[in-house]
Amino acid sequence: MNKGKVWKYGDDVNTDVIFPGKYTYQPMEPAEMAQHALEDLDPGFAKAVKPGDIIVAGRNFGCGSSREQAATCIKAAGVAAVIAPSFSRLFFRNAINEGLPVIELASGTEAIQTGDQVGIDFVAGVVEHKGKRCSFPPLPPEVLAILEDGGLIPHVKKVLADNG
Amino acid sequence: MGMTFAQKVLAAKAGLDSIAVGQIVEIEPDVCLSHDNTAAIAKTFAKIGISHVKDPDKFVIVLDHTVPASEEKYAQNHKEIREFVQLNGIRRFYDVGVGICHQVLPEKGFALPGRLILGSDSHTTTYGAFGAFAAGVGRSEMAVLYATSRIWLKTPSSFKMIVHGELEEPVSAKDLILHIIGSIGADGALYKSVEYTGEAIEAMSIGSRMVLCNMAIEMGAKNGYCAPDHKTQAFLADRADGPYTAVFPDDDAQYERVLEFDASSLGPQVARPHTVDNVSPVDVVAGTPIHQALLGTCTNGRLEDLRVAAAILDGRKVANGVRLLVLPASQEILLEALEEGIIDTLVRAGGLLLNPGCGPCLGAHQGVLAPGEVCISTANRNFKGRMGSRDAETYLASPATVAASAVTGVITDPREFF
Repeated sequence: MNKGKVWKYGDDVNTDVIFPGKYTYQPMEPAEMAQHALEDLDPGFAKAVKPGDIIVAGRNFGCGSSREQAATCIKAAGVAAVIAPSFSRLFFRNAINEGLPVIELASGTEAIQTGDQVGIDFVAGVVEHKGKRCSFPPLPPEVLAILEDGGLIPHVKKVLADNG
Repeated sequence: MGMTFAQKVLAAKAGLDSIAVGQIVEIEPDVCLSHDNTAAIAKTFAKIGISHVKDPDKFVIVLDHTVPASEEKYAQNHKEIREFVQLNGIRRFYDVGVGICHQVLPEKGFALPGRLILGSDSHTTTYGAFGAFAAGVGRSEMAVLYATSRIWLKTPSSFKMIVHGELEEPVSAKDLILHIIGSIGADGALYKSVEYTGEAIEAMSIGSRMVLCNMAIEMGAKNGYCAPDHKTQAFLADRADGPYTAVFPDDDAQYERVLEFDASSLGPQVARPHTVDNVSPVDVVAGTPIHQALLGTCTNGRLEDLRVAAAILDGRKVANGVRLLVLPASQEILLEALEEGIIDTLVRAGGLLLNPGCGPCLGAHQGVLAPGEVCISTANRNFKGRMGSRDAETYLASPATVAASAVTGVITDPREFF
């Protein structure tokens, strides 16, 4: 089971507050993107986040723009997973494609607070918080394969190599 | 059992007779769009290890987000994109000044009924106004499309939104979509295909249908759709880059939800800071002082939008202390507006004409906001920090409401001018 400290946020966290538009058309490596992660949502996050921490949020996490850096900056900040009742379609795809696990947890997120410890069992599909276990549905196999290969680019390289 | 629009297009692209909601298919889109993010996509593409774009004619690239370059790093970004375009023989490239991608792609005849269009921009949903299935994707996905022309998509469940009655001028498609988003919330149509129908939609111009589909993403939708008709054909008559076949949902298609709205009773609407679903009738916020008014963008930068604003501003002046920014969605629209005298009217009233492009909408270029400033904008997003400072506020409204507010210096019901 992966365990991590929680950063808790509300509903409809949008991509502009995760990674502001003023940075989106500047060439930037993931490590630099991480310094701006959640900049307009929680200015203290980027400095304080530790590898293995977990973001838990409300509904519709990552709504707004298609900007993939919203997922890249969270992944590069060391976040192990994002847990929310629902995700915007674009953020969900981008996170998988960046190799950032996203967990759709229908119920149980309300009780989780910043600073809590949660455990995630990706194989069993379970999130554990204060002894309470909540299950989440597995990803479709096509999607899981991308995540397991570390993201879309390594996945496609592998598929192209396998197909000769 | 009948199929929805989304099912029909995805089934056809996958070579299937029928397709179930939730079914994942690997398909080849007809057209793919990217913009100033193309340089970053090209770098990701290079990591795949394939030297050239597989099918260059599938890709449309428009420089619009930071045009013309206001800083050296943007200039470098544009330069790398031009080199990539040259190297790969991408013919459908539109350099700075042609316009915003979501206006240019239809103007150049690539947004056709029945097509499957993917773009590395969330407002790619706009082309649903032409009866295309159009959705956003990420940068890595666009890089893979360069390499393989293929992508996986899940078949969405569909909502049907029936809009009865007639909008009463100056109430517009923008007021309607703000009302819809306010009613169902920022995730009210999450992952759904939204079909707009009813007499109000049939009566709408192509430009107004583009407003509805442009903002479908603001309620979480995967795509929006308006049935193509004689107006669509007329728009495409001298533009379409190939033959097309319109796709319509079956009469017995299954919808997850059917929602009904009444256009005739609708007044002007405003989305308050800092979310698009924080919507109220304009009178709730009327009197709020503004510093900037933005007229334009891919949501409301078309001729009909500039025209209604000019009707309000004709013979009047923008209020002291207010900056009115005018941002036509394309060069073609700018030329039409010049010929019609609209630009003359707007500039004489005190408006500042910007070049076609995304401008201040996403806070990356000109016209951004300082802390404490308030803007009323015809754009599609008002998130915290979106237009510059995180301590600024943006209200979203129709072109008429923005123009009326620019005249008075406070948020104003445009019906006072009619």
